[in-house]
Parts: sequence; structure tokens; C-alpha cells
Amino acid sequence: MPFEFKPFDEMTPEDYAGIGFRCGLEVHRQLVTRTKLFCRCPAGRYSDRYDTEILRHMRPTLSELGEYDGTALMEKKTRKNIHYRIHHDTVCTYEFDDTPPFFIADDALDAAIELALLLRLNLVNELHIARKQYLDGSIPTGFQRTTILGVDGWIPYKGRKIGIRQLGLEEDACREVSDVGHDRVYLTDRLGMPLVEPVTEPDMRTPQEAVDVAWIIRKLCRSTGKVRTGYGTARQDVNVSVKGGTRVEIKGVPQIWRIPRLVYNEARRQCSLLYIRDELKRRGIAPDSLEYRVDDVTRVVARTRDEPIRSALDEGLRVKCVVLKGFGGLLNEETQEDTTFAKEFSDRIRVIACLNRLPNMVHSDTASESLYGRDWQQLRKKMSANQNDALILVWGDEADTQTACQEIVIRAREAATGIPSDTRQALKDGTNGFERVLPGADRMYPDTDLPPLAIPPERVDQIRKRLPEYVWDREARYRAMGLADDMVEALSLSTYSDLFSRLVDELKINPTFAAVVLCQRLKAFRRQGLRPHRLTDDEITDVFKANADGRLAREGVVHILRRLLDRRVREPGERLSVSDVLDAVPDRPTSEKECMVHIKTAVERLDHGRFPTSAKKHRYVMGLLMNDFRGRVDGRKVSQWVSEELDAQRGHDVSTKVQA
Amino acid sequence: MTDKRFQGYRGTGKAVLESHGVGVWSEVEVESTHGRFNGLILPRSETSDDKHIVLKLGNGYNIGIAADSITSITEHGRREAHYKIPEKEFPVDPAKPDVTLFGTGGTIASRLDYRTGAVIPAFSPGELYGSVPELADICNLRTEKLYGVFSENMGPEQYIRLAESIGKEIEKGVDGIVIGHGTDTMHHTSAILSFMVQDSPIPIVMVGSQRSSDRPSSDAAINLIGAVKAAAEGDIAEVIVCMFGPTSDQYCLLHCGTRVRKMHSSYRSTFRTISDVPLAMIDQKSIKYLRGDFKRRRTDRSVKINTSFEEMVTILYYYPGMNPDIVDAIVDKGYRGIIIAGTGLGHVNKPVYPALKRAVEKNVHIYMTVQTLWGYVQMYVYETGREIMELGVVPAANMLPEVAYMKLCWTLGQTDDRDEVRRIMLTPITSEITEREPYNGYLIYQGEIPEVQEFLRTIKR
Repeated sequence: MPFEFKPFDEMTPEDYAGIGFRCGLEVHRQLVTRTKLFCRCPAGRYSDRYDTEILRHMRPTLSELGEYDGTALMEKKTRKNIHYRIHHDTVCTYEFDDTPPFFIADDALDAAIELALLLRLNLVNELHIARKQYLDGSIPTGFQRTTILGVDGWIPYKGRKIGIRQLGLEEDACREVSDVGHDRVYLTDRLGMPLVEPVTEPDMRTPQEAVDVAWIIRKLCRSTGKVRTGYGTARQDVNVSVKGGTRVEIKGVPQIWRIPRLVYNEARRQCSLLYIRDELKRRGIAPDSLEYRVDDVTRVVARTRDEPIRSALDEGLRVKCVVLKGFGGLLNEETQEDTTFAKEFSDRIRVIACLNRLPNMVHSDTASESLYGRDWQQLRKKMSANQNDALILVWGDEADTQTACQEIVIRAREAATGIPSDTRQALKDGTNGFERVLPGADRMYPDTDLPPLAIPPERVDQIRKRLPEYVWDREARYRAMGLADDMVEALSLSTYSDLFSRLVDELKINPTFAAVVLCQRLKAFRRQGLRPHRLTDDEITDVFKANADGRLAREGVVHILRRLLDRRVREPGERLSVSDVLDAVPDRPTSEKECMVHIKTAVERLDHGRFPTSAKKHRYVMGLLMNDFRGRVDGRKVSQWVSEELDAQRGHDVSTKVQA
Repeated sequence: MTDKRFQGYRGTGKAVLESHGVGVWSEVEVESTHGRFNGLILPRSETSDDKHIVLKLGNGYNIGIAADSITSITEHGRREAHYKIPEKEFPVDPAKPDVTLFGTGGTIASRLDYRTGAVIPAFSPGELYGSVPELADICNLRTEKLYGVFSENMGPEQYIRLAESIGKEIEKGVDGIVIGHGTDTMHHTSAILSFMVQDSPIPIVMVGSQRSSDRPSSDAAINLIGAVKAAAEGDIAEVIVCMFGPTSDQYCLLHCGTRVRKMHSSYRSTFRTISDVPLAMIDQKSIKYLRGDFKRRRTDRSVKINTSFEEMVTILYYYPGMNPDIVDAIVDKGYRGIIIAGTGLGHVNKPVYPALKRAVEKNVHIYMTVQTLWGYVQMYVYETGREIMELGVVPAANMLPEVAYMKLCWTLGQTDDRDEVRRIMLTPITSEITEREPYNGYLIYQGEIPEVQEFLRTIKR
């Protein structure tokens, strides 16, 4: 009976409960700091330019508990040349491991403590910097300096608690440029950037819950105002398991909306791999009774005309065949959407044996799509294989094909065990591919270059005092004030949220008005090339105060803010104060009487032919008047007066007509 | 035994562990005023404070918990860690050359000490084979641990024993000798060995590493492979140093033991040949000789070992305004030799002259070197130089200050006769004094110059 799994759109929460779906998140988020975490290079400067390259290799070492890590051994097999691109302005000798670390950046540590408090973690009292091994070369030292600030916290979600396992503070890795054959190229600009990493317990039960929680964590981080925003500044690792399965990590998901399909496919893959294991068991194949045969078949297929083997032979490469006894038919099992079990093998070969020109293998379950029937017959004969067996062909140089065949056998054995503990890469189509073996606690070493760092309780208390309000509390409060949903969201994550509270509480400014100015109008300024962040909170407060005191109408607030910024952009040397700009506006609002004179005149001079409808008349008159009145009279009042005047005029017209 | 149970803990930390009946390697649940923690109690570094308990959590991270915040500790098991490099017997192949590796300590053969958090020296052929299996492709390796000291603790006693051990090993018939050594004073040791061990028939290769071998990016393996290859197959029968050429993992350089110097506190490519070019480039596959004037490998077993050493010698690093009483103090303390690292071509200021004159009269041997490191002492160019020479200060050509120091120690261990000392000092034994400085002997490229940038862009460094 073939394996069935519901399509993505048809999965219900009950279906996920049925397969024992569990999901956890690790959210990596860059911090806003002056420098990188362990050196004094400027933070947040990115550029693809580089001055030079250096070349390194990675060798596995032992952990302090005396074990080699699985990932370490895998990366050793790949024999990669790692090329680092280096630019004078973004990296120093620390990043490429020719200078020991400097002390941890204080601003990064403070931001991390703040987040740890918000996540209700049990704080540690003394930081121990650890080295987490990464032999893929993404960090030139071969390890990431990392530390944790606390364990066992929680965040509220739908009336229950989502456990926060820990909060890490660590340095970011390189950006990969390319990975072809035995050469991997990295850009080093991002290397060493401070990252916080909240890790949840696997408490999410559906893909949607994973998305919701990812958003909550994102909001919580952003509400501190100390994390970087923009593409690539936040990356999610998503851990997935199903009943009877294993924890598998999907790494580096850049956008939250990608999560559901990725975790669906992973859940599906795990269920499918469990099915394959059971099927193997039924066929009498266990991990230690796996039978296989590996041979060089270059001569057997020497005359094939089928691509890509033909080209490989023409290049003088070797072709090797692995027979997996009793695996017949299984390679075509669908493990993810439009992805078969065969890809598990192909991925391994690509990553570990560096055979990354695709396709990098063909197999007998798709016999009709590759090679000719005659070729397969000869191969089966040569390899003494029958119809129940699966044959996999790989090509490449001697060393790489040897590694590839070993990996095929390793992966086949894992299939009989169940689900290997992998780190998987997130692919654009929502499926995932093999990245590396999931590293364990074995890859953690104490960093001997830096002593433990005690965090005095006073430092924590200081931070606790100025902790931002919980973002969900903030949101509830804003909603209660009657703000619209989009405003609630924007304001609760805005760096102006404290200022907003002051304006509303102390100056009694209308909440919606304050929110519109702070979230929308200032943002619009930025799009116009003005630089709203140059306005201090005090300056903005002063402008609002003028409104609260009755010196300035509502329209005037935005108007004055713009004038301030405008002058600063055009004449950066001149330091114009709020009162200077305010003084340029007449002290008191124009009186209603004075306004009415202007309104009457404007309405009387209207060319009624040009503006046939009263709406058009109204708009024209308003435009005319507000040039004069902006900042002096409340626009809504002017609008009302204009309407009244227009109505009066029309009444007048009508009455004269009737008289006539 | 109790000490081991509380390894590294003292004061409050130890008291808290004791009062809860737990110790190092206990798997515990700790209740504190700021929450609950589960983990394994680790030994504590002796240099750390006494106020924290170190836990290894299940995820591999270590954390410290303030001892005075702990309200209870419950032990639910014990798990002692054993750090062991997988030891595999080093294979023997009669067709391959025999190499002996002497261990003196230092980073080349080291591992983490999770107690002190420091790097401690340790090695055996089995361990080396376990972590650098490539060595077995090159030679049959025998190791002998002479000391386990960091290189700053190397001194006359160690030099002498090392030289004698080398002599014995040569007599035994090995094909090459490798000496694992800390990098800080490797060039001091390579200099003294160049004088104590003369006319060796085989290569004597010193090696170390700038990044400890517990790091994936360590230079230890490549340096070691290069050194063992130079010892097993190389043709340079001198005391040489094998260390990273560029900072990239590309090749190592073989430097003459008397012309090499550690020039950067942390770079991998820290060892540089001064005022000359290196002897050779070496990698796992080949040796490329850069010059031909070295002493070549022989098949005989004869070697001259002379371990004379006079310890009452010092280096005086001159600075403007130096007070002559420094020189007086050295002389009055009974020192018999002074190497001056002078300014420019080899100068000191006039007020020091009388003190130097007095020193020479008391039969203290004074030699002039240059603190510019590159270039020769030339005391005829300026009047002052001639005056200093008249006082009896001898220019030591282009000997590096540390090398001149080692040579004077060695010389004064043999004789006190002024002329004889002078003869030995100024007669080159290896290349401590060279006749000429080639045009490409002074190269430290400077960044941002277009042609250097072009070089950096295209050639890995």
C-alpha cells in the first residue's frame, strides 16, 4: 500500500495532532550596536566589495568531553577549500582569526539582558563564552563565540505558555557567495555581528502556531528598539518532529510567511521516511543487515549515449554503481511535494562528496527516464542485482565517487533506522534539502580566550527599570484608546511608543492624531528624503505642546515638523530650534471672523463654470485657503465653514432665481 | 580526594557545594532565587572568583550561578568527563624515514583544560596520529616528551638537555628531528641550538602553532606536517623553524634558526626571516628550496655538541636619555656580557660612554646590535659610532639581538679571553652573520599601495 499524505491546503489541526506534529523556533536577530560583538569593527556595514581573499581549511577537534561531533566528521569528508573575501572597512584581523577576541560589546550585552528579562528567563549570573563548532567554514575560527543569558522563560500565546528554552548572544557568520565542487567562498562583512537568539520549546502544534509565535517573538524583539530591521537581519531556524520521528532543523528561513509550507513538507518527509523504514523492515532489512554492493562500472556503461553520463565519460570521469539490496521501488516514494526519496541520496552526494553538478546520480527506479534498457540490464547483470534491488549510479573523480558511494550506503542504513538528525536548508518552493548532520552538544567548547564575565545584579536592575512595556500590553492599550488596527501594530513596534504615551498622557493629545503623526507622517518624511530621526523626542514634544497650548492648529504640527527637517537638510550647519520655527508662525490662530472674510471672498470669486459640483468647489476653496491658514486654523473647522458658506451661497442663488 | 571533589572551588562556592552534599561532576538541579537550572557541575578555573558555581547545561553551554543565590541543589547522578584524543597506534613502515619528535610544550601539542579553561600541552604518537593522520604518510614517528612547559619558561637547563638529546638521537640514526615548541621564544631556542648543535647530518626542525590544536582553524596540523616532512625528506641539515608562510592555509616556510624572529603577537604567519630570504617553502606535497647555500643532509652520524652556557649576559635595549647607572648596575651585579640593541646603525648617547668604558675595564664583553632588526651595525659612518667602538664595544654585524645574546651566552660559557670571545662571536657558525643582504631580504608589504593591493587581491597571503 503506497504512502498517502494530505495536500498542504487540506491539513487540519486534527491531522497535525494525529501525526504528533511538534515545532520549535530559534530566531536569530541582529542587534543595533556600535561595533561587532568581539572586536571594534563597525557594525552593520555590508558590501560585496573585497580587497583580498584568504584560504583556510577546517579540521575537526575533540570536545572537552572527549567526543568528535558528527557534523565535524561530515565536514572533514568534504575536503573544502574555504575562501574568505575581506574588505578593509568591515573586518579586522579578529574576524579571520589572527587576533584574539576583545571584550564583549557592552551595548550588545545590555540589549540581550533586556530581551532576556522580557522573555522571563532565569538569568545566569556569570557569562561563559562558548565555542560552537562550525566546520562548514562559515566562521574562519571554525567556531562561533556564543553565550547564553538565561534559561526556562515563556511568552503568552492563546491563553497558554510557549516555553522559551534559552536566549543566546552570539556572533553572526559569513555570507556564502558560492559553493562549487571543493571550493566554498564567503563574504566576511557580516561576520562577528552581534545576534540574539531566543529558542522556544517545541510547543507549537500546527504550522500556523509556528507563524504566530514567530510574529510574537519578532514583535517582542522589535519593541526593544535594539534590533536591526530589514531583509537578512532576522533568520528563523525551525525545528520539526512528528511522533516516532526525530528533531530536524530547517535553517535560516528569512521570512516568516515561508514557515508553514516548509514545516508541512518536513512533517510529511518524516512521516514518509517512517513509512519507508517500516516497509524496509517488512522486507527484512534492518540497519545492520543492510546488503549492498559498490563497483566501478565505467566500462559497463562506456558505450552509453545517455546524458549526463555520456559527458562524464567524455571528460574521463569514473562511474560507480551502488546496489541497495531490496530497496527496489522505494527511491520513487514521495517524501515532500514533488520530491522523492531519491533526493535524500542526491543531496548527500552533493553536499558531502561535492558532486554538485546536477543531476549528480541516476537510479533504477526511474530506469525509463535515464540510460537505456540495455544499459540497465548489463548493470544488473554485472552487479548481480535483481528487480527487487535499487541501483544508483554516480560519476566524478575517483576520490569523490568513493565518498559518494560511502554516503549512499550510510544514507540507506539510516533509512532502515528512521529519520537522520539533519540540519536542512529551506528551499524557495517550500521543500527542504540536506545541509549537514545536526550538530549536538558535542560541538560546544569553553572559549579559553575570554574569562567568565560576572553580571552584577545592579546592571540587571538598571535594565529592568527601563524595560519597555510588553508589546501585547501596549497593543491592548492602544486598542482601548480606539486606534485602528494598522496603527496599533505600527505604533507598538515603533521607537516612538514611549513618546506617544507621554504626548497622550501628559499633553492630552488625541491618540489617533499623535499616532498618525508619529507613525505615518514621519515615515512619509523619510520617503521624501527628510530625516525624521534627526528630530529629538523633546523637539517633537515641543511642537505638540504648541498645539496643546492652542498656539498651533493640528495641521500646523506636521507643517512645523517638516519645516524643521527641511531646513536641516538644506542648511545642515544651521541649528534651527522649534521655537525659531514656531515664532515664524503668527502667535494666535486667526479668528473665525477673519477667516470668514477670506472664505466669503474666495467663494464669491469662484468660477462656477470651472467647478460644477459643490465637492469640486469645496476642494478648490480649501486648497486656496489652507495655503494661508495652515498651522493657524484647524482645517476641519475651515472645511466646515467653507461648506456652510457654499450652502449659503447656493441658497442665495436659489432664492434670487425664484425671485426672478 | 576532597580537593578533587571541589576542583577549583574555594570560599563561598566550595561552602555551598559542600553544604548541599554535591561536588564536581554531579548532575544536579539547582534552585536559586532567580530560577531553576539543570546541569552538570564543572570544575572551576582556579583563577576565577569564588562566588559562582559553573554548570554545563544539556545543550552544551556553560553558565555561572551566583553561589549566594542558591537555595538548594539536588544531585541525581554523576558523570565524569574524560578528554581523550582517540589514540591509534602509529603505523610503522620500514620503507619510510624515521623521525623523532621532541616535545617541550607549547601550543603545537596541546588541548583544552576545562578546569582552568586554559590550553595545556600534551601529546603522544598515538594522539598525534589520531588528530593528524597525514603524518603516517611521511615517516615513522617516535615521540619523546622532554618537558611540558610554555616557551617563556624555557631556559639554559632546557637548552642543554635538548641539545644533548638531539646528539643522542643523531647517534641512534634517525633521519630527522622535530622539536615541538611554544612560539614565543622559539627563535631564542632555535638560535642557541644552532650554536650548541653543529654540523648535524640531519635536519633539526622546530615547529609550533599560533592557534591551538583544539581549534578547527588551527595551524598546528599544517605546521606539523611541514616540519615532519622537512625532517624526514628535506635536505637542509641545520636547525630550522617551520611555520606558516602566509596566513592562508597554503604552505609553510623553513627559516634559518639564527635569522628568524616572531614578528606578530597573534598572526599565524608571525615568523619571518630577517635581512635575508627563507630557506624553503614546504607543503604536504613538496619542498621548494629558495636558496642553495645551506648545509646538506649527510649519511654519517657525526655531530658536534657543545652545551656551554654563561647565564650572566643581558640585552640592553637603548632608549634616548638612558641613564648610565643602568649599565653600572648591570656590571655591579656581576654580569659578564651585554648585548646592546642600539639605535640606527648602532648608537647610544654620550652620557652612557663612561659607564661602558668602566664595564669594559671590568672585562664585561659588550656587543652592539641594532633595534631596527633589519640591517647591519655600521659604527664608522658617524663619529659617535667610532667613539663607542674605541670604548671597546664590538659591532656584531647583522646578528639579531636575541641571536647575539644566545651566542654571547654560549661563547662566554667557553672562554673569558677578549680576543677569543671576539673571534667566536664574529665568526659565523650558520647564518647568524651574513656577508650580504639581498635586495629582497627586507619585505613587509604595506597596505593600500595600489600594487600591493593588486598583489593581495590576486595572491592569497
